Amino acid sequence: MKKDEVPQDDANMLEGKFKVVKYALNEKGEFEKVPSVGWEPENVALSQAWDVINEKVEAARQQVLKGGASPLLFHMEKNMMDIALLAKYMGLPTGKVKRHLEPDGFAQLDTILLTQYAEVLLITVEELKRVPA
Amino acid sequence: MIRPDVTIPFDHQQSAHCETGVISNLMRFHGLPVSEPMAFGIGSGLFYSHMPFLKMNGIPVTSYRILPGWIFGRFTKKLGIAIKRMKFRDPKAAMDELDRVLAQGLPVGMLTSVFYLPYLPKAFRFHFNGHNIVVFGKEGDEYLVSDPVMDGTTRIHRTALIRARFAKGMPNIKGSMYYPTSVPTDADIRKAAIRGLRRTARDMSNTPLPMFGTKGIGYLAGKLRKYEQKLGERDARLALGNLIRMQEEIGTGGAGFRFIFAAFLMETANLLDRPDLRAHALTMNRIGDLWRDFAYEAGRLCKGSAEAHITFPYLADKLEAIGKEETAFFKELHAVSKTL
Repeated sequence: MKKDEVPQDDANMLEGKFKVVKYALNEKGEFEKVPSVGWEPENVALSQAWDVINEKVEAARQQVLKGGASPLLFHMEKNMMDIALLAKYMGLPTGKVKRHLEPDGFAQLDTILLTQYAEVLLITVEELKRVPA
Repeated sequence: MIRPDVTIPFDHQQSAHCETGVISNLMRFHGLPVSEPMAFGIGSGLFYSHMPFLKMNGIPVTSYRILPGWIFGRFTKKLGIAIKRMKFRDPKAAMDELDRVLAQGLPVGMLTSVFYLPYLPKAFRFHFNGHNIVVFGKEGDEYLVSDPVMDGTTRIHRTALIRARFAKGMPNIKGSMYYPTSVPTDADIRKAAIRGLRRTARDMSNTPLPMFGTKGIGYLAGKLRKYEQKLGERDARLALGNLIRMQEEIGTGGAGFRFIFAAFLMETANLLDRPDLRAHALTMNRIGDLWRDFAYEAGRLCKGSAEAHITFPYLADKLEAIGKEETAFFKELHAVSKTL
């Protein structure tokens, strides 16, 4: 593409933090790096991926509020983890993590494991025990 | 172990892709100036594969490049550069070793997970453990970072860096870090560029399996044609969105890598004084535009704002046409590469 064809479709994906660069042909017929604030298809694909994640997080929150799962499910989804990944971070078998995703299993957690979960999920123990209203 | 503050004078230049950006920045520091496109070309970075059986975060992998880390490996091998690579079990050992190398005045490359890099925009922070950055100093609890996709340098707290270096999942990066220990500043860039070019042309045009090289593009086109029948409307759109994400995320991917490769061909044409290669660079640039147009229309279809004629079979036709163009292009380039 030519320099003036480098897409500049801003959807605030970069939060104004920086611009990315793309290689494009300049007037002299050489390639140079041209800054870009974003491009529509990338923006669409990214926001679509986030919609899916946000839907999962919200579904988890509802499930927790209904008492169908422990708050751990919500925080796991919020961190975009699945049981296998969370288990790896915790150094626990997946079966145990599965159990902690249930309200009863979660209620039985000791302080050590609660603290470890909170650290892995980048929140405090207090935050781990609830979901946003 | 407490080590004093260090700031290594490191010339950070922004790049389109992290691995090639780190190569270019590290080499310049060690007295071997190579541009990002040169690093990409010498390392034979360009490739194509569609592997429905291999999934990342539940998404079939479509890749427009060779495996992460391979560009670095091929680049350093071709130029006779010695690299020290390390992995760790213990985060403290990994940070101690980083501090030790920094104290010697050497910038250090490392693998990180973008999910745990707080300085990156939130929208890009998925669990992807393959992001290359360079650390070139420390001040108290903070490390000085040259992240090649950013326009300037940044900082990261020690705790955050540990998290990013020890992210789990695929791949398990285990604090992986690397730094050049010997860089021949008189390395023969011309010869390396020719060999890199030949390798890419060969691998793109001569693969025995249908999912690799330019054949893979037609293979994906065949799958894409049946997406809607197979998956239903919503899932077909999601799959298409994932395809674009694989293709275009953070400025590289399908079109992006084609443009970097075009820039490599142009630079090589100038380096070898072979004007005929300039024409190939322009063709590659045009093919990059085709990928770009494909992603644009695919994006419209995902969003549900496409004109009526943009359908899955229509996109499959476009992709098939790109596959044919690339097949012809790389065959010819392979022939040309034998005359260099």
